[in-house]
Amino acid sequence: MSLDEATVARIASLARIDVPQEELAPLAGELSHILGWIEQLGEVDTDDVAPMTSVVAMRLAWRDDRVTDGDKAEAILANAPARQGDYFVVPRVVE
Amino acid sequence: MTALTRLSLTEARAGLAAKKISARELVQAHLDAIEDDRLNAFILATPERALAMAEVSDRRIATGDARPLEGLPVGVKDLFCTEGIATTAGSRILEGFVPPYESTVTARLWNAGGVLIGKTNLDEFAMGSSTVTSYFRPTVNPWTPAGSAVPLVPGGSSGGSTAAVAARLCPAAIGTDTGGSIRQPAAFCGVVGMKPTYGRCSRFGIVAFASSLDQAGPITRTVADCALLLQHMAGYDPQDSTSADRPLGDLAAALTGDVRGLRVGIPQEYRLDGTPPEIAALWQQGIDWLKAAGCTIAEVSLPHTRYALPAYYIVAPAEASSNLARYDGMRFGLRVEGEDLLDTYARTRAAGFGQEVRRRVMIGTYVLSAGYRDAYYIKAQKVRTRILQDFERVFEKVDVLLTPTTPNAAFRIGEKMDDPIQMYLNDVFTVPANLAGLPGISVPAGLSADGLPLGLQLIGRPFDEATVLRAAGVLEEAAGFDALPPRRAGGA
Repeated sequence: MSLDEATVARIASLARIDVPQEELAPLAGELSHILGWIEQLGEVDTDDVAPMTSVVAMRLAWRDDRVTDGDKAEAILANAPARQGDYFVVPRVVE
Repeated sequence: MTALTRLSLTEARAGLAAKKISARELVQAHLDAIEDDRLNAFILATPERALAMAEVSDRRIATGDARPLEGLPVGVKDLFCTEGIATTAGSRILEGFVPPYESTVTARLWNAGGVLIGKTNLDEFAMGSSTVTSYFRPTVNPWTPAGSAVPLVPGGSSGGSTAAVAARLCPAAIGTDTGGSIRQPAAFCGVVGMKPTYGRCSRFGIVAFASSLDQAGPITRTVADCALLLQHMAGYDPQDSTSADRPLGDLAAALTGDVRGLRVGIPQEYRLDGTPPEIAALWQQGIDWLKAAGCTIAEVSLPHTRYALPAYYIVAPAEASSNLARYDGMRFGLRVEGEDLLDTYARTRAAGFGQEVRRRVMIGTYVLSAGYRDAYYIKAQKVRTRILQDFERVFEKVDVLLTPTTPNAAFRIGEKMDDPIQMYLNDVFTVPANLAGLPGISVPAGLSADGLPLGLQLIGRPFDEATVLRAAGVLEEAAGFDALPPRRAGGA
């Protein structure tokens, strides 16, 4: 698998990571190298195998549908760059 | 005072119980050692918190109210959230972040009387095998090759924790292991490191890397200390949906020293071309030790071993790309303003993540993207099932597996940086246990020709930490590993 610069630019945009134009080509080389190495998985016969969903046999826990935690606005906002009352202030999201 | 840094966890506990030493002086001796540290093992020492906790411990010991880990200093990988104490994950993107809550594992340690001595260095977001990718500069291995002062990596990603324990900056530390991040650095630093069964230790409050693989574990200088620490880390936690509600048993009681009749498997696929002869020799030595102790040895086959690493490098980056999506600069951590919202996200993440994290997030994004998910991610999860089936088949015939921990001893800082795959190959013997969720331990077993520590790994059945520890205790006894790293606190 060999990735071209346009594909790398698309991945970077999906990953929300700014990649300068001049770094696209070297990054394409690096990622292609890793993906090329991963391709060997194609050798494994997985026709009648289910993809793993849980590594140890366990059933997801059930719990009562009730509030057990909360009322922690101050703790939740403690790391906020900016706040107004009990709200985060963030850059404009809707253009 | 320096003698206090020599004590193992168990020895320190006995000293405290007999009132020969106080928690305050024990903690102060280690704080002094951390202050003089030139290895960069800690991102942050926490003297105020440590001394306050030690004071409580001394009071409880005086009133006969001591808890199981009362007054014992523990280093904490800076991936565990600690309430009111900065937590960085070794990344710039968490700049200024102070968790408003405590991870379950650390909360359990403090409830058992343990003392937080500081936050240890790690590869950024635990992604690495060298502790070189930390935003807070690399940690240096306390071991140096014979006749040389060239700085070596401590391994990773829990390299700060293993270096700190080896250099006697703390008697014990905790780490996390996603693909070998406790066992590989434990081997490189000549200490004991264990990854328990997936689900044993709660993941609540641990900065997530790859959620189906991440597992916390102890790092100590002896197997008995490892059992003691794990006893007070593990346990069911309703706040982690994959936490296992399974009894742990008394781990100290498991260390009987008696392995007669234990069936030990030697996986033939772990004999790789190009493995240094000293690794092969040590492995054979380990086989001989266990045989002499009364184990029966059987060659076994895990045919899909060679596919573990490539499968890991799909599953782990995929889960990481999803877990790390939360770092967008909005509610905490670093923010780099851009021209619009998307630009702010992209600039924040470009500046906040280091090269290896960016690389893995992009690989993960790609293998999960439309049109590629089946070919990569689903395929890797199927291969993972095959790897698990290999282990299940083998554990019908044997009780535990013995392998080398790593394919080589510690390497120079800066080495293996040009080709990521060369770095990834360091985890070739450790990754399969993560993919299959199995408990594994690394025990220091000997020295390389260069005088560097080498480890042997034991892998056990799910939730059978007791057998793994029992066999590890016998290996430890037989190996009698008593070499000391040249760079350590307190000298001789």
